[in-house]
Amino acid sequence: MSENESIKISTKNVNLYYGENHALKDINLDIKTNKITAFIGPSGCGKSTFLKSLNRMNDLIPGCRITGQFLLDGEDIYVPGVDTNLLRRRIGMVFQKPNPFPMSIYDNIAYGPRVHGIKGKAKLDRIVEESLIGAAVFDEVKDRLHKSALSLSGGQQQRICIARAIAVQPEVILMDEPTSALDPVSTLKIEELMNTLKEKYTVAIVTHNMQQATRISDYTAFFLVGEMVEYAKTEELFSRPQDKRTEDYITGRFG
Amino acid sequence: MEKPVINSLTKKRRRVSDIVLKVLIFTSAAIVVALTLGMIIYIVVKGMEGLSWNFLSTPAFSYPYENYGVLGNIVNTLYLVVITLLVATPIGVGAAIYLTEYAKQGRLTRIIEFTTETLAGIPSIIYGLFGSVFFYNIFKVNYSILTGALTLSIMVLPTIIRTTQEAIKTVPLGYREGSIGLGAPKWHMIRTVVLPSCIDGILTSVILSIGRIVGESAALIFTAGIAADFNFDSIADIFTKVMNQGGSLTVQLYQYAQRGGSEMKYAFSTALVLLITVLIINICAKLVAYRIRKKRSV
Repeated sequence: MSENESIKISTKNVNLYYGENHALKDINLDIKTNKITAFIGPSGCGKSTFLKSLNRMNDLIPGCRITGQFLLDGEDIYVPGVDTNLLRRRIGMVFQKPNPFPMSIYDNIAYGPRVHGIKGKAKLDRIVEESLIGAAVFDEVKDRLHKSALSLSGGQQQRICIARAIAVQPEVILMDEPTSALDPVSTLKIEELMNTLKEKYTVAIVTHNMQQATRISDYTAFFLVGEMVEYAKTEELFSRPQDKRTEDYITGRFG
Repeated sequence: MEKPVINSLTKKRRRVSDIVLKVLIFTSAAIVVALTLGMIIYIVVKGMEGLSWNFLSTPAFSYPYENYGVLGNIVNTLYLVVITLLVATPIGVGAAIYLTEYAKQGRLTRIIEFTTETLAGIPSIIYGLFGSVFFYNIFKVNYSILTGALTLSIMVLPTIIRTTQEAIKTVPLGYREGSIGLGAPKWHMIRTVVLPSCIDGILTSVILSIGRIVGESAALIFTAGIAADFNFDSIADIFTKVMNQGGSLTVQLYQYAQRGGSEMKYAFSTALVLLITVLIINICAKLVAYRIRKKRSV
């Protein structure tokens, strides 16, 4: 995988502990710019933990300790002095369960831009519209922008959350099993959306669903009990796994 | 050997214990309803006797002496409610936010929480005793509405803190993650996502507090005093009133009841006015809560 692709995020010897529990062991992984990288593995293998450490969401968990380097465009994000608010603006996140705020659709999308100091109705209107178009949900909600976001279906809510994430113009979008709470039709819509998202953004996604990983991702990393077992182009990893454990997992022998 | 399975849908087996329990539960419910209704009806009937427009529109014991009324006490009670809430709500909500969002969860927060719970169980007369001494040293007046209100503020703080804390704890983690994940600073998240989601809980604590303030008497006799006058000659009086003595409705009720005899009926009238006041305040609070909720759900 040494083509002329640039690296967006690079992790070096990352170890993560929850108290005494060694949850991530020596992870070295490069996430490529404008590609979709999928993290797969059985429950509790550390894939979500790893994803969340990419924009320091683990900071919120007491007793969580991290060593090693996370480089975003070559800059370490865990050194003192890093403003996590600015970091999370550049690396946005979409969660497993759709979590729109209990506000109107418009206010949900405008939330991030307002946090970062964007004022003025015309400016916000434009951002809201562009973000909703970008998340392929504009046509479904354009007539009820000032209705509660909680009145939408689960699939629409998740696309609202994607729109909310891209409204702050991040460089990377992290997705933590974004379709696991959704029906197949909504899942398909979000998978289609991800393909257009990677034109503008670098996407990292955790998924339980191996078919999903093969359908959408360019690269896949396989995690097992805190270790990254194998990382390769998706088609290579699924057709010619190098490690026995990867093979056992993707052929359904465990997990 | 297997037991026979009963497949009938109609021949339900009735157990004696079921019936006994059902009867007991219905009896308890009936007793509670009967007691509440009985008390309200008793107060309404006895209270109507002395209730008149004159009773509502004159202060008690004003010259000539045989005047009976509660105007001054209604106003004093409203003063106490407003000032107490103005003082206690921001402090209580602030403390709750600190304890749940900022304080490191550990022994210190557990001690603070235990202390607030203990505070809630202290008899109100002890608050009164403390308030009268403590605030006397600050304001150098024996009795004043402000002293009473500040004493009541200390008294209702535990209620506000605990109820608000519970409300904050029920805010879904998803809302917090969503906000933090967009790069919002913590205080911004609390202000825009956490507090709006627990406005119901905060209002509940306010309603509970109003109940305690309006119903309080022991703590007030020592602090706010027993005066029942109604003197608003100038706009300045609206503000200076705060530093004057002012007996609440409950204190006035106590006085009428203590004199007994022909004045006993006025004690019941005061009780009726109290009931109605609490009812009106609670309805207002519910209306406010309803409007806020409606505005939020868009």
